[in-house]
Amino acid sequence: MKRGSKLADWGNSLLFLGPTTLFFAMTVIIPFLYGIYLTLFKMDNPTDPMVFSGIYNYLNAMDDKDFWESLWLTLKFVFATVFFVNMVGFGLAYLVTSGMKIQNSLRTAYFTPNLIGGLLLGYIWQFIFVQSLPAIGGKMGIRWLELGWLGDPDMAFWALVIVTIWQTSGYMMIIFIAGLISIPKDLIEASTIDGAGPLRRLFNVTLPLMVPSFVVTVFLSLKNAFMVYDLNFALTKGGPFDSTKMVSMHVVNKAFVESNYGTGQAEAIILFVIVAVVTGFQVYSSKKMEVEA
Amino acid sequence: MAKRKIMTSIFTYVIAIIALICFIFPFYLLIINSFKSNGEILVSPFSLPTSWDFSQFADVIEKMNFAVTFKNTFLITTISTILIVFFSAMSAYHLVRKPSKYNKIFFTILVASMVIPFQSLMIPLMHIYGAKLQVIDVIPIPLLIAFYIGFGSALSIFMFHGFIKSIPLEIEEAARIDGCSTLQTFFLIVLPMLKPITVTIAILNVLWIWNDYLLPSLVLNNENVYTMPVQMKVFNGTYMNNWELLIPAILMTIVPILIMYMIGQKQIIKGVMQGSIK
Repeated sequence: MKRGSKLADWGNSLLFLGPTTLFFAMTVIIPFLYGIYLTLFKMDNPTDPMVFSGIYNYLNAMDDKDFWESLWLTLKFVFATVFFVNMVGFGLAYLVTSGMKIQNSLRTAYFTPNLIGGLLLGYIWQFIFVQSLPAIGGKMGIRWLELGWLGDPDMAFWALVIVTIWQTSGYMMIIFIAGLISIPKDLIEASTIDGAGPLRRLFNVTLPLMVPSFVVTVFLSLKNAFMVYDLNFALTKGGPFDSTKMVSMHVVNKAFVESNYGTGQAEAIILFVIVAVVTGFQVYSSKKMEVEA
Repeated sequence: MAKRKIMTSIFTYVIAIIALICFIFPFYLLIINSFKSNGEILVSPFSLPTSWDFSQFADVIEKMNFAVTFKNTFLITTISTILIVFFSAMSAYHLVRKPSKYNKIFFTILVASMVIPFQSLMIPLMHIYGAKLQVIDVIPIPLLIAFYIGFGSALSIFMFHGFIKSIPLEIEEAARIDGCSTLQTFFLIVLPMLKPITVTIAILNVLWIWNDYLLPSLVLNNENVYTMPVQMKVFNGTYMNNWELLIPAILMTIVPILIMYMIGQKQIIKGVMQGSIK
């Protein structure tokens, strides 16, 4: 009897965990470990025999100036988008919880860009930056609109930032709304009676209570920004002259255009370490800022 | 005081409407320019078309292989989502109700894996399944679905896990006393109770898989198996700057998901809201 029930336990575990374990192992665990192993070999072509080369690929990555440039650019992109996406997202959430009659329709509208993938959004905005804005600029004589944004390195970078804000702030808005409506009403009332004006209420009552929401939104926007590829590929293709090539695109090109799997993977592992450290630190440090209502 | 309140409220509306225009304007441009010729698009991108010309759409449907591409995307998205939801619910249930040492370790690994960027897995994936096993061109669609299950499991299990923890054990115990096996208890008692979170998880997975580009662009190397984003990329390469074709193509690619949003907007927004609360 005891033996039988132990066997049944095993059977249940296999049944309930088996499929997930299989797919998770074949797409995440094995490729992750194999990916580290892969960086220790030199190959000129993915189908070539693998030659053990120690830390050669990592040294190669250290010397790869393009890689570090793309990483630096990605960091700038991360700072700009995390800041603006959260600010705009919070502002929108504040707006659509203020009691307007049309606030539900507004929420629906602001969220719409999230339904569309980065690739398609890139093409849509390419039309705007390449065709539409120069047309307005030309008609109204506004020079900075007339110049194609995507042809200038700085403007192209900000074009990516603007589209990212447009795309993701609606998603963050929804998360902030969930946070805002869970703030106890009596707390806001109490602070009003105590004489706090709207700005003081926002900074001394609402924002501290919103830290749990910010933990989520900052985490999501950090991760999105570090991994941006589709939008980068569709909107600027890394151009002009590789000036907007983010680290993801660099790694994709290294591996699948130059066929250099070893160095490409070493760079991908470096990216992983950076993302893990940054997001880990972010979650840890902002958890400490949380306050009880 | 009352006057000030009205001023604030007008100010709020003005800001809200300006934001609304910013968010909607690109879609407006897309729709009106879908019916114009190249010449008209270049001269007046902002005005309504002089005549509503539908002929580009027929052209795009043919050139994009639209029926096949749509079918591929639809199949891959639905099958992957159903399997992710089903397997994740089962695993999460087991992990909550049987918190053994191994199960706890497994759950921790799952959660920790969420910080791994896709970019650090794609090269080994291509090396294993492409260069070594050479199965990518043999079974591209099943392989892609398997990858989606693998990548989607962690977040879905994590969300189910949080939900199942809040379900009281008594109901299951009663079912057990009535003679239900573990499987019966799961399918007859637990699964129906998971409905709200299941809808949320399904929505998040559909949005992700439908729009995903990088993974399918690596796995799908043949026009007959392309999904819509991959096809759009190829189409964009072929008809570079030919806006009278590109714009209707973009519009047709996003319309299915916009229709889904119109039908289920309340659920989608609620889903995202619930999905964010840990």
